Formats: sequence, C-alpha cells, structure tokens
Amino acid sequence: MIRLSGIERTFLVGSEEVHALRAVSLEIARGEYLSIMGPSGSGKSTLLNIVGLLDRPNAGIYELDERDVTALTDDELARVRREKIGFVFQFFHFVPRLTAVQNIELPMILAGIDPAERRQRLARLLAEYGLEERAGHRPDQLSGGQCQRVAIARAMSMGPTVILADEPTGNLDRHTGQEVLSVLEKVHHKGGTVVIVTHYPEIGARSHRRLRMLDGAGVADERD
Amino acid sequence: MRVVDLLNFAWQVVRGSLARTLLILLAMGIGVAAVVMVTALGEGARLYVANQFGSLGSNLIIVLPGRSETAGAMPGVLVGKTPRDLTLEDALALKRSHAVRRVAPLIIGAGDVRAGARSRESPVLGSTAELIDIRQMDMAQGSFLPEGDPRHSQPVCVIGATVASELFGTRPALGEWLRVGDRRFRVIGVLKIQGESLGSNTDEIVIVPLAAAQALFNTEALFRILVEAKSRDQIADAKADVEEIIRLRHEGERDVTVITQDAVLATFDRILNALTLTVASIAAISLAVAGILIMNVMLIAVTQRRREIGLLKALGATGRQIRLVFFTEAVLLASGGAAAGLAVGELGRSLAVQLYPAIPFQAPWWALVAAPAIALITAVLFTVAPARRAAMLDPVQALSRR
Ligand SMILES: Nc1ncnc2c1ncn2[C@@H]1O[C@H](COP(=O)(O)OP(=O)(O)O)[C@@H](O)[C@H]1O
Ligand SMILES: [Mg+2]
Repeated sequence: MIRLSGIERTFLVGSEEVHALRAVSLEIARGEYLSIMGPSGSGKSTLLNIVGLLDRPNAGIYELDERDVTALTDDELARVRREKIGFVFQFFHFVPRLTAVQNIELPMILAGIDPAERRQRLARLLAEYGLEERAGHRPDQLSGGQCQRVAIARAMSMGPTVILADEPTGNLDRHTGQEVLSVLEKVHHKGGTVVIVTHYPEIGARSHRRLRMLDGAGVADERD
Repeated sequence: MRVVDLLNFAWQVVRGSLARTLLILLAMGIGVAAVVMVTALGEGARLYVANQFGSLGSNLIIVLPGRSETAGAMPGVLVGKTPRDLTLEDALALKRSHAVRRVAPLIIGAGDVRAGARSRESPVLGSTAELIDIRQMDMAQGSFLPEGDPRHSQPVCVIGATVASELFGTRPALGEWLRVGDRRFRVIGVLKIQGESLGSNTDEIVIVPLAAAQALFNTEALFRILVEAKSRDQIADAKADVEEIIRLRHEGERDVTVITQDAVLATFDRILNALTLTVASIAAISLAVAGILIMNVMLIAVTQRRREIGLLKALGATGRQIRLVFFTEAVLLASGGAAAGLAVGELGRSLAVQLYPAIPFQAPWWALVAAPAIALITAVLFTVAPARRAAMLDPVQALSRR
C-alpha cells in the first residue's frame, strides 16, 4: 500500500547540507500498526511528513496505493492528502476560533462534501470518540486528552488509508498518553493503518512493528 | 469547497477579530461615504443652478451693455471698455428679427418706497408689459403693466408680495397709491409669491413702466434687454439676429454681450461636473488608502495565521482554496465597509437636505455604483499579494514550532 524506495531528503542550512534521510526504503501494508522510533534528530518527523505528502523527497520513489506520487503537483498532492492521509500532531493544531466539531468538519469542508452527509459523519465521529459533550467547545476549553481525541476524529473524518501520528503523546501526561494511545489502537483494531512516531520504548512495545532510525537511516525493522 | 462554507469560514475570522474588522470597516466606510457625499453636494449644486436658470424663463436671451472678453463667462464677471449705452430704441429694433417673440427692456435701481406712514427700500424695475411672460411671473391680484407705447407711461405699478404686506399690511393693496422717490404710482397688481431666483427676489420688487423708471433714475441707459426666442431651435438664430441688429445700430461696433441660457447653463454644467469629478477622485484616493490598509492587515494575518494555513494544507487544502479563503475575507470586509459607507453617505445627504432644503442633494448613480465597486476592487487587488504568499507557505515549515 505504501512503498518507499531509496528516499533521500537533504536540507540546506546556511551553506551546509543536512542529510535528514539517507536511502530509506520502507513498505507498509494495509492494517499495520507501526511505530517509528529513534533519538531526536534521527529523521522520524521528516520521514512521516514525506509519507503524509506534506514534504517531497530529493530522490527516491514513493508509491501510494500503487500510484507513483513523487511527480504530482502541489494541488494534486493536496487532494490525495485530503482523501488518504489523516494527521495527528504533537501540538494538536486547531483553528483556534472554531469549535471542536467545526475543527473536525474542516477536512470534509475542504473536500466539498455536502452538508447533510457531513452532519451524519460528524454525529458518528462525536459518538465514537466520546466528544458529544465537548462538541461546542473551543480548543482552549479542552483538556490535552480531549484535544487529541478531537484531532483523531478529524483525521478519521475522511476515512483515510493511513493515520500518521507524530509524537501524539509527547505533549501529554503519562495517563492521558495511554488513553490517547488506546484510541489510536482502536482505529487499528477496526482495520485502520496506524503509524506512530515516538521515542518512548513502551509505546513501541505496544505496536506490532518497530522501525528504528539513526542519523536518517532505518537501522532495524522488527515485527512481533 | 462550497461558497457557503467559504463565507462561513471568512465570517468566523471577521467576527473573531473585532477590532481589526472595525478598523477596516471604518477605513472603507469613510472612503465610500466621502465619495457619496461629495458627489451628492456637486450634483445638488448642479441641479440647483439648472433649476434656477429654468425659473428665469425659457428660450431666454440676455443682452447686456459692454463686450465680454471671455465667451460664456457669467454676467457678473464681465470685463469691458466703457460701452455705448443700450437704449429703448435698441430694444424695440430687436423685434424686427423673425426668431424673436418678445422683448423686454430693463432698468433697475433702488428706490425709497412709501405708502402713508410706512416705507421701505426696494429694488425698482422699469420694464414693459412683455416682462411678465418672458420672466414667467404670475399675478396674485390685479393685472401687470399695461400694453402700449413704452415711451410714454402711466403712473401705475406692480408690487411683490412682501412689499404689499409690508406697506399695506392686511389691507388690500390694489388701487392704493404709493410713492417711489418723488413720484406717485397706483398699485394695479400684486405678484404671486415666487421666492428667490438667481439672487433676485421678485417678492421684494416694485415694477414700474420703463419711461417712469427712466425719469425716476434720470437715465436713458438700459440695464439689460431680455429677449425671448420663438422656440428652442431658434435661440441660435435669434442670438445672431440680435448681435447683428445691435451692431448695425451701434455703427458696426460689437459692444454688447449676448448670453443665451443654454450657453451659461452648459458652462455651469461643465464647471460643476469637473469640480464634482475632481473632488470625487480625491475622495476615491481614500479608498485606495483603505486598500493598502487591507493589504497590511492581510499580510499580518498571513504571518499570524501561519500555523492555521499550514494546518489547512495538511488537511488537504489546495493553494487555490487558501487564496479563496483570503479573498472571501477581503470581499466580506469590503462589502461591509461599502454598505456602511453608503448608509453614512445617505445619512449625510439627508442631513444636508434638512439644512438646505432648496438644494436637491442627490449622489449621481455612477457614484453610487463606482464607490462600492472601487472599494471591492481595491480590496481584492490588495489581497492578491498576501493571498499568494499564504498559498505558497510550506506546510511543514508553517506547522513547525520554529
Ligand atoms: N526544515 C528544516 N531545515 C533544516 N533542517 C531540518 C529541517 N527539518 C529537519 N531538519 C533536520 O533534519 C534532521 C531530522 O529532523 P527530524 O526529522 O525533525 O528529526 P526527529 O523528528 O527524528 O527528531 C535534523 O537534523 C533536523 O535538524
Ligand atoms: Mg520530530
């Protein structure tokens, strides 16, 4: 479903080239629960951004659902991202003036889905992620755990091929982190593909496959 | 993305940052209101002048002594050498033209008018029976000056409504005698109230036969001659005839000025239109300033909302959608500003009408269309750069904490 081969990503910092990814190859099958682990600066986020089509590799080939997406234009990428990718960020990222339910609705609005269909899906999502009572609250009135549940509901609103979570528990206390993790695992149990970037070994242990990164390269790929 | 959703999204932004929104509404509103009010003033003045000339009488040609150096100038600003006098004979000669219907010679002076113990200072007009038709005056009571040879006069007069009430109070004025200077006149008619017309108020005048005025003011020279052409089409012919007849009588000298109402009106029209346009464009510049304000506010918004733009892109917004979000916001603000401006402009206009009911203040339609249109266009134009900048933001960079 996702096939990366020979992905390179370099950044120019001043006159110096920083190799964030070096010849990374990776295949992710439908329904997998994968964690990407490694020390800070090892290229985890860069890899996730490329998988999520937010960033482009300097070299290499990325096939998503058997389609080469490395050559698509920005707008084509945006459309693919809208249909197939669900993002969950460490710092949540909401439109602050909109309520929880309005934030969950955003991807569907961008996709031009008709309002009746949107309402149906929203009702289902709110119920599924236990957000009915918080639907009308703005993000700054929500706890960290609630914020991340809203973010997951938003990521799921378009029925994506894969959920990409970049340190989703990094900004939460231990207990809330566990709770958010179990929400993501629920997505996986229902057949969803989940990729989590983390540097907590316990989270890695809960996943079914661990990709370890060091200095921009995958050094180990272990499955249970 | 649906239009309703775009509008809704922009509405949330506009409602969310109230101070910013009010600032832009104010700037846009002032610009639009300024254009509307300024053009309403200009158009009002133009219509006022046109009405005033209209009330002078139709197909009117005015002959005055002295050569005007600048064609089409106003009667008040004539410059000339000491001219030959205009005489009653000149006036009577004008009737020879086939294009001329009526001629009224005119002498004007100020006189001490008294009846019994009451007296007042009044403008005194000496003229002939035809004046009433040329100036389109109406009688309230009695009749106007009698027809007959203007070289001889009867001791009769016609007075304005104000003069009648001041000299005779509620008593009927008809048939009473009054004195102007050392001469006695019997009142044979009272004019209907007409009010001001180009600076002269017919309610306050006393009209006597021409010969009487000549004796009263001890002069043969006419103040001017009023000529009425037979029709609108014949005004030009009548004017040419008048010039030719006077030239022949004045030994070939072109020493009079002949003004047609049309020419004066056209001049006024030109001047006032130019004035209105000039002032309106100055007001329109304030709209451009409002546009620049919008650009700055939008540029700030792109910086402030960097994270939000990055998020929208991560959620699948295309560059076009991001641009549309900003344009919708600008259009919403500009429409609000334009609507507020139109409302304030209308308020100002009705206030002006209350203060000066005589002047028909009314913004011309082109101003009512152009002002909001300019507001919208500047808003959109000045949003192009910020919107493009937003659309080109790199989502990873925009979302990063760095
Ligand atoms: N936009 C950028 N500009 C320059 N260097 C970058 C940029 N993004 C990432 N890097 C560099 O690439 C490397 C990998 O970064 P990142 O993928 O964020 O690591 P991780 O998420 O594993 O901590 C780091 O050395 C980082 O400094
Ligand atoms: Mg990272």
